[in-house]
Amino acid sequence: MTPSFTRRALVGGALGVGVTLEFAGSHAFAAVDRTLARRKLVVIVCRGGLDGLSLSPPVGDPAYAALRGPIAIPGFGQGGGALKLDETFGLHPSMVQTYALAQKGQARIVPAVATPDRERSHFEAQDVLESGVNKVYGSASGWLNRALQAMGPAGKGAGISVGPTAPLILRGAVETASWSPGGGAEPDRRLPSILQDLYAHDPQLSAALATGLSTEAMAKTAQAQAVTAAAPATEDQTMAGGPTVAPVLRQGLPQSRRLGATLAAFMTEANGKQVAAVSIDNFDSHANQGASQGQLATRLAYLDAFIGGLADGLGPEWNDTIVVSVTEFGRTARVNGTNGTDHGTASTALLMGGAIRRGGIVGDWPSLQQAKLFENRDTAPTVDMRALFKGVLADHLSLSRAALDGVVFPDSAGVAPLRGLVA
Amino acid sequence: MRSRPLKGENLAYDKDLMAAIATTRLGLGARAGEIVAARSDPQGWLTDQIRPQGADTIDPQMASSADRLAQYREFQTTRRTARAAGEPAPDPVKMAIQLIRRDAGPDFAGRLNLAAGTDASFRERWALFWANHFTVSATKVVTATLIGPFEQEAIRPHVFGRFEDLLVASSSHPAMLLYLDQARSFGPDSKAARYLENNGKPAGLNENLAREIMELHTVGVQSNYSQADVTEFARAMTGWSIGGLNEGDRSGKFYFRENAHEPGARDIMGKRYPEAGYDQARWVIRDLAASSFTANHLATKIARHFVADDPPPALVARLKAAYLDSHGDLAVVAQTLIRSPETWTPQATKFKSPYEFLVSSWRGAGTGPGEIQDAVRAMTAMGQKPLSAPSPKGWPDESAAWLDPDGLVKRMAWSETFSAQAVADRDPGQLADAALGARLGPLAAKAIGRAETRAEGLSILLMSPEFQRR
Repeated sequence: MTPSFTRRALVGGALGVGVTLEFAGSHAFAAVDRTLARRKLVVIVCRGGLDGLSLSPPVGDPAYAALRGPIAIPGFGQGGGALKLDETFGLHPSMVQTYALAQKGQARIVPAVATPDRERSHFEAQDVLESGVNKVYGSASGWLNRALQAMGPAGKGAGISVGPTAPLILRGAVETASWSPGGGAEPDRRLPSILQDLYAHDPQLSAALATGLSTEAMAKTAQAQAVTAAAPATEDQTMAGGPTVAPVLRQGLPQSRRLGATLAAFMTEANGKQVAAVSIDNFDSHANQGASQGQLATRLAYLDAFIGGLADGLGPEWNDTIVVSVTEFGRTARVNGTNGTDHGTASTALLMGGAIRRGGIVGDWPSLQQAKLFENRDTAPTVDMRALFKGVLADHLSLSRAALDGVVFPDSAGVAPLRGLVA
Repeated sequence: MRSRPLKGENLAYDKDLMAAIATTRLGLGARAGEIVAARSDPQGWLTDQIRPQGADTIDPQMASSADRLAQYREFQTTRRTARAAGEPAPDPVKMAIQLIRRDAGPDFAGRLNLAAGTDASFRERWALFWANHFTVSATKVVTATLIGPFEQEAIRPHVFGRFEDLLVASSSHPAMLLYLDQARSFGPDSKAARYLENNGKPAGLNENLAREIMELHTVGVQSNYSQADVTEFARAMTGWSIGGLNEGDRSGKFYFRENAHEPGARDIMGKRYPEAGYDQARWVIRDLAASSFTANHLATKIARHFVADDPPPALVARLKAAYLDSHGDLAVVAQTLIRSPETWTPQATKFKSPYEFLVSSWRGAGTGPGEIQDAVRAMTAMGQKPLSAPSPKGWPDESAAWLDPDGLVKRMAWSETFSAQAVADRDPGQLADAALGARLGPLAAKAIGRAETRAEGLSILLMSPEFQRR
């Protein structure tokens, strides 16, 4: 009469053809759990106005080289040349890990995307990007927070931001966590040692705590080893791409990579975070922005290292993840008088992750012909950034059109979600 | 209220210790002032919580199981209609998520809030014990939405009544009939089975509920019933089902389907039960409830839950005798537990389950569960995913099941986060006195007194052996 395993398994597993009712069985319930727990979304906000024409240089566009002059990224196959995506577009040579993803169909570019804002002010544009409304100061909460709200109970506690303060994009009614390297990442180590003393006369508790703490330490070490082991490879790959790596890059790369791996750890632990927002600063390249090498190349390498650390850290869960990297606006198509670029309009968004659908560029490319430039200076937008976000939220996190149009991006009913981006 | 103090018991423990034990071992953890209030009469503080109308209601506004079943059926019909019309059917996963979010989450939150805030926490622990005894787990979407109504309709009203009534209420509730597949069990020779067979849809007996009633709810495996007894009981139970959507007032409620009932007399554990329709299984349940094996099984489980993993045989014997003498009156059994000296042993050996740990933490800090999703995450991380007991046997009650390294580290991490939010400007030493009273040992008191911050002091309290155990 000892219960057999088989019979126990049947209790939950059997589907009924009943007289009175039919039931969606344990299969559906298990699928609920998977859906709730696994799908991850990371939004990277590159602050300062990231130059899309450097991130994904359209070296195949006939107007590109002339407009850009000394800051043009060389063509495919040349020293320090763009990493070829298609006949027109490449990725900046710093973006080696992202390029590896692209070759696997796990990274795509949206080369002419913009928020509804046209004012070219950093703060106003970031405000519009993050609040998700179509006018400045239109909302005190961020659209990613409202997306968590629309997820219902699953959204509670599911969000985390990386950076010293919670960015607007994740602020709002749903409580979210924030973490920044160096402060608060390490749990207070006093308590474990106090408890070890306190458990001296309770052998069961004492043994369990000792084992638990050593397991935790092991996990941390393993993670740290994975990060350091992978870091030199990053630099080698960068060098293999042609340009010499400046000393500052050597210091910054492992840190960026570790930041990505740490966020991955937050997302892969039991009941880990499902939604994250990350800010990467310093993309405002008004002067001496460089080309294959230089200031912007360094910032892009950090972005790339972060993406690589995140992707590798997520491991198999990368397949359930989508990462969108955006900026508040792009920069002028023409190089300015100080070998930099000024505030512009459309820029490039990166759409990455094992969960995206393989494909070419997202949205149309307006080209850089003079007549096609927005106000005769910037890349003209062809994709509303809200359409991109709405498509990802609809297809990846299963948010309803009603929630997207009414709550997450209010007054955006006329902006249709870009569907079909998710595998 | 019946009060049957045991004669000749001389409780040697002092009132301070007994008040601490009453609130933390038999209750769900002391709230501020509770130990002081229980001090003058710790046993009376407990017996005053026993009442004929049963345990507290989770939520008087909670939808009935019949309503929940109707909603569930609507959700299925929507899909089927869409499919039949060749339209894209709504994603069943999304619809299921909606149902669970809308119903099961708030039900569970209501239960946590009740536990965190009640002044009658022995009554609540007693109810939780019986809810776990008659486990319905969320292995199916429909059972997830019925667990709350099941507990409220079938369990809570009967926990201080006769065990037989509780057993009947559980065994005939739609949640249990669905969870253990009784609703679609057909007597092989019943009219319904023959009709279905002739129409190419053979249907038959499902022994699941009959077996679990015998094995888990009543006599237990020690009674040495045979497979034939289980099958015969399952045959007797055929017809115990649920009214369908098109059956008017019966819809979603218990309904005896004469046509599905296996005709004939049944032989179960040496006794012959003549054909009597619904009453045939009802009489078996009556006899199962009255069995001394059941008395022993329940007495052992109660003693194990309340006092020790290896329950003192004397306590088991007392509880068993109380059960048999009172003909299964659970109020008398509860009184006996409170009056037995073994219950008050100073040594706290029981290790709290995650549910008990969180509830007692909230009670000690004077807070509540807050956002339900936070509690769900914490409990899941600690190994007790809400509404998801691993089998019909329910959550384990032995310390070994909960006292594991990962679980303990998770408790520590949760304590740190919780304490930082909850402590405010209060003195952790005073919180410790209020939460543990005379059970607070000198080592823990000293560690709390030496804490660098108030939050650290509260963390130490929550993680102290005295608080982790009860």
